[in-house]
Amino acid sequence: MQLILQHFLPKFVSFLFAFGLLFCLVSPLIALEVPRLSGRVNDTAAMLSLQTQAELERMLEQFEATDSTQIVLLTIPTLKGEVLEDFSLKVVEAWKIGQKGTDNGALLLIARDERKLRIEVGYGLEGSLTDLVAGRIISGEIVPLFRSGQMDAGIRAGIVDMINAVKGEYTPSAAAPEQNKESDPYGLILLLIFAFSFIGRAFHKKKKVAAIVGGIASPVLGVLFLPQMGLWLLALIPVGIFGGLFVSSMSSGGGGGGFYMGGGGFGRSSGGFGGGFSGGGGGFGGGGASGGW
Amino acid sequence: MKRITLLFFVGLVSIALSGCGYNTLQVQEEGVFKAWADVESTLQRRADLIPNLVETVKGYAKHEQETLQAVVDARAKAGSMQISAKDLNNPAAMQQFTAAQGGLSSALSKLMVVVERYPDLKANQNFLDLQNQLEGTENRINVARQRYNAAVSSFNGSVRKFPASLTNKFLLQLERKEYFKAEEGAKVVPKVTF
Repeated sequence: MQLILQHFLPKFVSFLFAFGLLFCLVSPLIALEVPRLSGRVNDTAAMLSLQTQAELERMLEQFEATDSTQIVLLTIPTLKGEVLEDFSLKVVEAWKIGQKGTDNGALLLIARDERKLRIEVGYGLEGSLTDLVAGRIISGEIVPLFRSGQMDAGIRAGIVDMINAVKGEYTPSAAAPEQNKESDPYGLILLLIFAFSFIGRAFHKKKKVAAIVGGIASPVLGVLFLPQMGLWLLALIPVGIFGGLFVSSMSSGGGGGGFYMGGGGFGRSSGGFGGGFSGGGGGFGGGGASGGW
Repeated sequence: MKRITLLFFVGLVSIALSGCGYNTLQVQEEGVFKAWADVESTLQRRADLIPNLVETVKGYAKHEQETLQAVVDARAKAGSMQISAKDLNNPAAMQQFTAAQGGLSSALSKLMVVVERYPDLKANQNFLDLQNQLEGTENRINVARQRYNAAVSSFNGSVRKFPASLTNKFLLQLERKEYFKAEEGAKVVPKVTF
């Protein structure tokens, strides 16, 4: 018995410890997570009929086509103890509804079990869909219908009112997606220095090859770092040729080894527009109104 | 060969500067200033709502002169206490600012409790609208405060982390910023007495 205890106790303790560690890792995940943005209508609490879902989805899609304004609906079964306003902000910060630059997005969030709802308004819509207007939509339109059990009608009325409040505020052209390419002259200079020292080593005394490689490499690197400079980058060609000539005659060749440049890190993400629906990068600052039924 | 060495030296210095947070620190400090400007504008928004609110309540609740006066005084006090971006690293100034805003928050929440006794007022559309706007503004203040504190947290973290800490110590000498803590008065839930 003693032996068994001696044998198994440490194992048991270490098992407990491992389990505890695992729990530490997992516990943050138990808090309420922001659901995946699956479309303009995200009915995770199953409060809507399929017909209304399709109708709202169409309506909101059309509205975005004419006005570029993104309005999204989210229903959740429960808040799991989280504060409605905090969760709502977390959702819009994750989804980035509205276009970048105009911030014209809004969210209608409904927590089924808590019987609470909130309209969260992006910066760009705060002028037309004010806290007051949002509050009136909630208490004057949605809540009375919800109280009489008409969920479909309440949500539809709320969405329609939100659309009407912000209609005409923006047009698609005004919110043309910006090119979010960044310039980084600093990085370009650094990389050119590295590139030339490499060229100098690799093509030592082969001036012509070095000049050609330098002339090609310079503008190519330029495009990576200063995309908005356009044709001006061609000016980098003579710089590159001269640089290549210079280093190939200066550098002492055969140093071996040199340095290795880690790959990756230059690809710039171009935003997720691979079909389907995604937020355009709008910003929110806590505008809107909350209510309950 | 010497020129190549020089070229390398220039490269090293620029890497050293960008790698040691010279730029990051300044960008982050600017982020703190911007977040603070947002906090101030939401607080101003609240202050702007108060005269209207006081007037509306006055019409219905004449016996609450004391509570109303407390709100007016607290607003005046909060308005007189501004904090400039330069003073964000001054704990005493931030303390005073927080206390003044906290005083206004608690005076307002007392008022909102008092009005529960006046059904006529609560049915007044004008009052409902103001209440709605006030709630919205309080939420904005909350958001702006959280974002400010997040900006301060990342800035203060960078100031203390190696190697940016060295850059800051010898080159930039930026000071850590104070958090805008939840106001003391706002935490106390006012009691309802009838």
